[in-house]
Amino acid sequence: MSDILVVRDIEKTFGAVVAARDISVVVPVHQTVGIIGANGAGKTTFVNMITGHLTPSKGSIHFENKDITGLPSRDIVRLGISRSFQVAQVFPTMTVLENMRIASAIANSRDSILDRLFRPIDAPGAVVEADAALDLFQIARYRHAKAVTLPQGVRKLLDIAMAVAGSPRLLLLDEPTSGISIEEKFGLMEVVMSALKTRRITVLFVEHDMEIVGRFADRVLAFYDGTVIADAPPKAVLADPKVQTLISGTQRAHVGQADA
Amino acid sequence: MTMPARSSLLGALAFIAVAAVAPWMPPWLVSLATIAFANALVVLGLIILWRTGLVPFGQALFYAIGAYAVALIGRYTSVRDVFVVILAGAIFAGIAAYLVGFLLARYREIFFAMLSLAMSMILYGILVKTETLGSTDGFHVEAGTFFGYRPQGVWLNLSIYWLVLGFSAVMAWLVSLYFRSVAGSLSNPIRDNEIRVEFLGISVDRLIHLKLVVSGILAGIGGALAALAVQHVDPAMAYWTTSGGFVFVTILAGAGSVGAAFVGSLVFELVRSIAIDLVPGEWQMILGTVLLLTILFLPEGLGSLYGRLRRRKDAAS
Ligand SMILES: Nc1ncnc2c1ncn2[C@@H]1O[C@H](COP(=O)(O)OP(=O)(O)O)[C@@H](O)[C@H]1O
Ligand SMILES: [Mg+2]
Repeated sequence: MSDILVVRDIEKTFGAVVAARDISVVVPVHQTVGIIGANGAGKTTFVNMITGHLTPSKGSIHFENKDITGLPSRDIVRLGISRSFQVAQVFPTMTVLENMRIASAIANSRDSILDRLFRPIDAPGAVVEADAALDLFQIARYRHAKAVTLPQGVRKLLDIAMAVAGSPRLLLLDEPTSGISIEEKFGLMEVVMSALKTRRITVLFVEHDMEIVGRFADRVLAFYDGTVIADAPPKAVLADPKVQTLISGTQRAHVGQADA
Repeated sequence: MTMPARSSLLGALAFIAVAAVAPWMPPWLVSLATIAFANALVVLGLIILWRTGLVPFGQALFYAIGAYAVALIGRYTSVRDVFVVILAGAIFAGIAAYLVGFLLARYREIFFAMLSLAMSMILYGILVKTETLGSTDGFHVEAGTFFGYRPQGVWLNLSIYWLVLGFSAVMAWLVSLYFRSVAGSLSNPIRDNEIRVEFLGISVDRLIHLKLVVSGILAGIGGALAALAVQHVDPAMAYWTTSGGFVFVTILAGAGSVGAAFVGSLVFELVRSIAIDLVPGEWQMILGTVLLLTILFLPEGLGSLYGRLRRRKDAAS
């Protein structure tokens, strides 16, 4: 199996704050990687660096053997890495269908201003794809609701559905279940993960709930204080004494609490 | 019939109607409508930016460039063909928009508005200081020819009126196509959430740059047509009150539809000329009141009236 993502020794500092340091990770294709760690451990910073939202202060990131370190996020998206956000990023004043159509239409257009000037937004291909995506993520019955009125879980699903529209080969999900009740979390993850499996997308997802991590991840990265303290299959990581004292203990204190 | 098809048909019929009645219109009304529709092209450009959440307070910059381009060609060359000089006005305005766009496209909200204003005031300052271009008085614009034909008397005014209508119809059609394109559909998304747009793989700055160029070209065509119609240019065409007028009409018309730009611009010119007749000293007060009433009672502009009527009709049938 070849490696889709190779992260070497990246570091991110904000002034005196070291948000991430000495992070090296190699991800083979089709793996599903869970990322755990207390609030402020650097998980979002890690996702932000891979997706170009932040530029690493040090180190390199390769995607499919291409150096993507420091590229703007829009270029990284077009190379095949997409993401969803801890706080769902959708278009609040537009309906679910309009949101999805925009994402599909962009995915179906070539990367040229002229192409986008002359391609109608309601081209049949994109419309069909948008409908299919809403079905796949099981949010079709909200199609005419404005995104701002959506329940948290539906908004998260829409965010992920839009991220998947461009057929990424690597998808990063930053806390897909944050702000969602414990009863709904498993259902949402089932929907997301089975959708991603059918498309054979490599996934990195940030998650606080150890049960969910154990159920969906092939491998777990444990973050503590900006660095990776454990990297192994879920069972091994959860049994790791360092993880138990540094993360699982604090984890319980954070249950149900969404961080910024 | 689909919505766009119905709107296009209505628009086409409206243009044919206002073109056909021209010979029976009083000359003052022909002149007024000519300027109103030329300015409506500028307003179309404002609507494009407005939908993205951007308000240019200096769009007169491109309007004046289009106008002065026509005037200067008339002065220094023997080219008189209206289509050639208007094309030149559009190109110069488009190039200017492309150049200032490198700066402007990086800004939003009030910073965008003020930078746009600043750019237009620089041009105004230059025009006022340039003696060879008549300084504050401006200068005369040579009458245009239509494929070699030079209309005289009333036919000159009517020809320009029809020319403006022709450009208006074509531009209205192109802009409505643009609004249904992928690029045009990204206005609301940009206003809602730039981060999501970037993470769909689009450069928001580049897209706004494109919108600026499109709106600059529209303003340039409007200015070129106005120069041909009035046969005179002066620095007031670049002044901030001219820009303010375009913003006024955009509020009056609303950004909801292409047709509203033309209706709004016509209403604006009518109200202004009636106000100047009634109270020559304080006509601004009447315009101000109209603006106030529009914002209070028609926040979505005149264009929303059509939508309301149609909904009522659809509900009744
Ligand atoms: N833009 C920023 N400016 C300053 N500090 C930041 C910024 N983003 C994150 N940090 C800091 O970096 C650390 C890691 O944050 P983050 O990656 O958001 O953690 P997590 O997602 O694991 O909760 C925290 O101490 C946070 O305060
Ligand atoms: Mg986080």
